Amino acid sequence: MATESGYYVPESSKLPLIAATGMGLMAYGAASWVVSGSNTVFLIGAVVMFCVMYKWWSTVIDENMQGLANDQLKHSYVLGMLWFIFSEVMFFAAFFGALFYVRAIVNPWLGGDAAFGMFDNTPTDAAVANNVHLWPGYETQWPVMVTPDQAANGDAAQFVGPDQSMSFPGWDRLLQWLPLWNTLVLLSSSFTVHVAHTALKNNNRKKFLQWLGLTVAMGAFFLVLQVEEYVEAYQHMGLTLESGIYGTTFFMLTGFHGAHVTLGTIMLLIAFLRGLKGHFKSDDQFGFEAAAWYWHFVDVVWVGLFIFVYVLA
Amino acid sequence: MAHGPAKGIGRWLFTTNHKDIGTLYLWFSFAMFLLGGFFAMVIRAELFQPGMQLIKPEFFNQMTTMHGLVMVFGAIMPAFVGLANWMIPLMIGAPDMALPRMNNLSFWILPFAFAILTSTLFMEGGGPNFGWTFYAPLSTTYAPESVNYFIFAIHIMGASSIMGSINIIATVMNMRAPGMTYMKMPLFVWTWVITAFLLVAVMPVLAGAVTMMLMDINFGTSFFNAAGGGDPVLFQHVFWFFGHPEVYIIILPAFGVVSQIIPTFSRKPLFGYSSMVYATAAIAFLSFIVWAHHMFTVGMPIAGELYFMYATMLIAVPTGVKVFNWITTMYKGSLTFETPMLFSIAFVILFTFGGFTGLMLSVAAADTQYHDTYFVVAHFHYVMVAGAVFSGTAAIYYWLPKWCGRMYNETMGQVQFWVAFIGFNIAFMPQHFLGLAGMPRRYADYGLQFADWNMVSSIGAFIYGGAQLMLLYNVIVTIRSGAPTSEAKTWEGAEGLEWTVATPAPYHTFSTAPEVK
Repeated sequence: MATESGYYVPESSKLPLIAATGMGLMAYGAASWVVSGSNTVFLIGAVVMFCVMYKWWSTVIDENMQGLANDQLKHSYVLGMLWFIFSEVMFFAAFFGALFYVRAIVNPWLGGDAAFGMFDNTPTDAAVANNVHLWPGYETQWPVMVTPDQAANGDAAQFVGPDQSMSFPGWDRLLQWLPLWNTLVLLSSSFTVHVAHTALKNNNRKKFLQWLGLTVAMGAFFLVLQVEEYVEAYQHMGLTLESGIYGTTFFMLTGFHGAHVTLGTIMLLIAFLRGLKGHFKSDDQFGFEAAAWYWHFVDVVWVGLFIFVYVLA
Repeated sequence: MAHGPAKGIGRWLFTTNHKDIGTLYLWFSFAMFLLGGFFAMVIRAELFQPGMQLIKPEFFNQMTTMHGLVMVFGAIMPAFVGLANWMIPLMIGAPDMALPRMNNLSFWILPFAFAILTSTLFMEGGGPNFGWTFYAPLSTTYAPESVNYFIFAIHIMGASSIMGSINIIATVMNMRAPGMTYMKMPLFVWTWVITAFLLVAVMPVLAGAVTMMLMDINFGTSFFNAAGGGDPVLFQHVFWFFGHPEVYIIILPAFGVVSQIIPTFSRKPLFGYSSMVYATAAIAFLSFIVWAHHMFTVGMPIAGELYFMYATMLIAVPTGVKVFNWITTMYKGSLTFETPMLFSIAFVILFTFGGFTGLMLSVAAADTQYHDTYFVVAHFHYVMVAGAVFSGTAAIYYWLPKWCGRMYNETMGQVQFWVAFIGFNIAFMPQHFLGLAGMPRRYADYGLQFADWNMVSSIGAFIYGGAQLMLLYNVIVTIRSGAPTSEAKTWEGAEGLEWTVATPAPYHTFSTAPEVK
């Protein structure tokens, strides 16, 4: 049903209810997975979600191809995507906030160094007592290589710090430092996707596909490097999710970022495949643009990660 | 274009119509309101007398937790989303919400989420028992296994809220009729678009909080465990960074409703429209920078206590602007006191009362005494119940004729109002006294010196619970056999586009955009 002003209000649809069912199954299934170890319900939900997402986006693409989507509706999609990205920014803000809070406030409290204020470095009595009575021997440090648990309980500790951190290893070993290469790959891919975008706007389809394909490849390469880094961490550096707050923040921040890169790569890959089929016009390319915006977003998050997780440590 | 709703149950399951979806939201929220209310009745029945009467303390804890969660996420928020769905397109002259299918998805997630959440009560080890604020380590190290179901239920509720909010933002930014500039939008639309912004900003933070819990519980991380270098207080910071904006998410749409109703029954335009808009935005902004006033007793440095105290007090300024404007709208107005107006005036009085107790709580030094007592319980029920729920009730009476083309029985409406008003105050006013006398919240039992006021409070709660059944009765009777009305303008003093369409509102409205001058 289109309105007289041309705004397309879709007829009733079974997709939302099926999607909600899929989400419900995934949520229930994920919980029972961690509780009882059985992932059947979760997988059923995931399959339902996959099918419904495929169908839903196909429907939207078909509607657009039929010319049902006017400029106003397309603007609704633009707003939807931008505010979705904003919600993603806030999701990462929670984890960055946790990192900053742990580094700036928790750590000096555990180590007994928390001071009165900016101009007075005397540790407060409370901080000292906290250290002496609860975590004796713990020294304020970042990355946390020796956890408070280890400092206080020695070998009986539940949380054992890593042998090595992912921090800047010194100039002599700069080129073996994976995060640097990750940064180069991801920042360049933001550039390549921009070139693809410009090419599409200029109706240069061949160039568009080449540069978009290159971007997808770089996204995949980034993920390979990331996996390599994780393998390295788990096998050689003693750095795991369970190695105290450094491992916690490191893996949760880079892990969620990696998950978003995966999603972004899939979005760009779909845009690439659609491009091969001849979709998108120089003035009608929201599906690709949305993926490109998302890609820039994961790139910006990486810059934050590189600075606050890797460099300033 | 001319076709109406589909036949049968499919109409409701597969709908893309903003009015249908609004109706679904409203009925769902009412069902959750009764469920959460039932939990409240269990709590008040147990607290009727000192000693353990009806339930075990473990179950009592599950009741307080589930009451809070169901009321906040299941009753109040969806109720206002339902109103937004119904009224925003009508108020801005849009044919529907901007993204109609996603709209239906946002709704249908909720029954699944609350089915999962409620099912935890029947699981081994019981449901969530750590309070609706689910502080670590109660919710991590010491939590029942069902906490995992709670976590994922919260995740999909959050997804629902974010999608609903994005839809509202896109609708308001993109779907306004020609001439409907931002500063001509009805205040309900304004408060909702700001609320939607808050939701998109903080629901992901809540998702982050429960994700951290999930990892700490199951995967050995140490976000909230000092042994690994984390901190349980970190949980409180992350939670309240969500939680404080959340309370404005609940109250801002209520402000919007009242700002529609009071001018109608005062037969005067809203006093200080633009200051209302700016005050709403100011409250939303402040909501992001005051969260730790919920944590005054956690051991913050004095500088933090002072900052959060003063920043919190600042909120009284824009809120005061609003109360001033509502009162000034009524001043020298040609007032009548139909049910929606009665609820709105009660809202202004009782919400202001709750605001003042909030101001008392904002004083860090005094809060050391009030913290985690029944004074806090009384405070937030004055703003949540007499604020949000009264406003939602007012909205139902106000727009019900437009929705279903039938008028409610005015006498029945007013009787319901007085029962609710009196019952509410009997229930919650004494809780101030109990709290100031030192009765802690979230306990299944209490010292003998608190017995009298607890009995009074329980009696009031039962009366208030009965008032909700009367509301249900009134709504059903109105829909089934209320006096038919076809006047486009149900209330002679009402202004706005929603009163220009036929009564009852046709299935599709404004498929041609109206011109707003």
